[in-house]
Amino acid sequence: MSEAEFEGIVESRWSGGASPFAINSKKLGMWLFIVSDSLTFSALLISYAYVRLETPNWPRPFEIWPAIAKSSFMTFVLLSSSLTMVLGVNAAFKGDRKKTVRYLIATIICGIAFVLIHATEWVTLFGEGVTPWGNPWGTPLFGGTFFGLTGLHMLHVTIGVAYLAIIAWGFGKGKYTAEHVEVSGLYWHFVDLVWMFIFPMVYLLSVNPK
Amino acid sequence: MSAHGHAELSHEHSVGTTRLFSIVWVWLLLLTAVEVFLAYERLEVHLMITILVGLSLIKAALIMSYFMHLRFERLGLFLLLVPAMVFCICMMLIMFFPDSIRLMNLRPH
Repeated sequence: MSEAEFEGIVESRWSGGASPFAINSKKLGMWLFIVSDSLTFSALLISYAYVRLETPNWPRPFEIWPAIAKSSFMTFVLLSSSLTMVLGVNAAFKGDRKKTVRYLIATIICGIAFVLIHATEWVTLFGEGVTPWGNPWGTPLFGGTFFGLTGLHMLHVTIGVAYLAIIAWGFGKGKYTAEHVEVSGLYWHFVDLVWMFIFPMVYLLSVNPK
Repeated sequence: MSAHGHAELSHEHSVGTTRLFSIVWVWLLLLTAVEVFLAYERLEVHLMITILVGLSLIKAALIMSYFMHLRFERLGLFLLLVPAMVFCICMMLIMFFPDSIRLMNLRPH
């Protein structure tokens, strides 16, 4: 099948048939991946919520200043990166390559800032003796769930930054189409969405009660 | 999300404007601010987790509908993805929570 014929099918507007969702295969693939990945995070978050509610002496080490302020700022950074990403996708469909690459670079900078701030927080916690297998306040599961959840999310952000860098480079050179930018955007928004659950569940539920 | 209303627009990609996305962004920030405020107030943990999960679900819906464009896709794509995901998450909750509530009641008061 020639490229033009294939495009025709993607453009089809009748219900059902060869292109029932009227989207390209890359986008459908990314959506299916996102659904399966969201179940991975759901399993981790639900098991975390289980032990969190079950453990009477769950450690609550996070002070409003600096830990909660810092993680709130990280949330702000990630939400803003989603905004620049969605504007980048819009620019890509308008065919403005320069603007798209600029927006993508802004998104990447936000992603790197998020990882760096998060890393400083991990280092602070290591300094206080919190590890994945123990902490000074009892209930070793605190460290296990905290580093498990935030670590898996941080891995996603790191992969996302690399993914966006490749897409920005390729799109700037004219190698990739606007669809590639849109699909990478889906992944990036998903990473943002997961943080919208991790931030309240892990940080805000462990605010120091005093 | 109607199949007919958006069928004509289904391949129209510049669906959202900068203004629309900025409004969504501001709403997400406001909801986050409410969550941080609740943490500052230090509510009781079960009440807190209920409110936080509720607010997070609203935020997730905003991100999926606008940033991830699901609002502007065909209804079929939404029906393919979301009910299956919600069903699987409900199955996980069925596995976990009856046990968790039982343990909570067994705990000496």
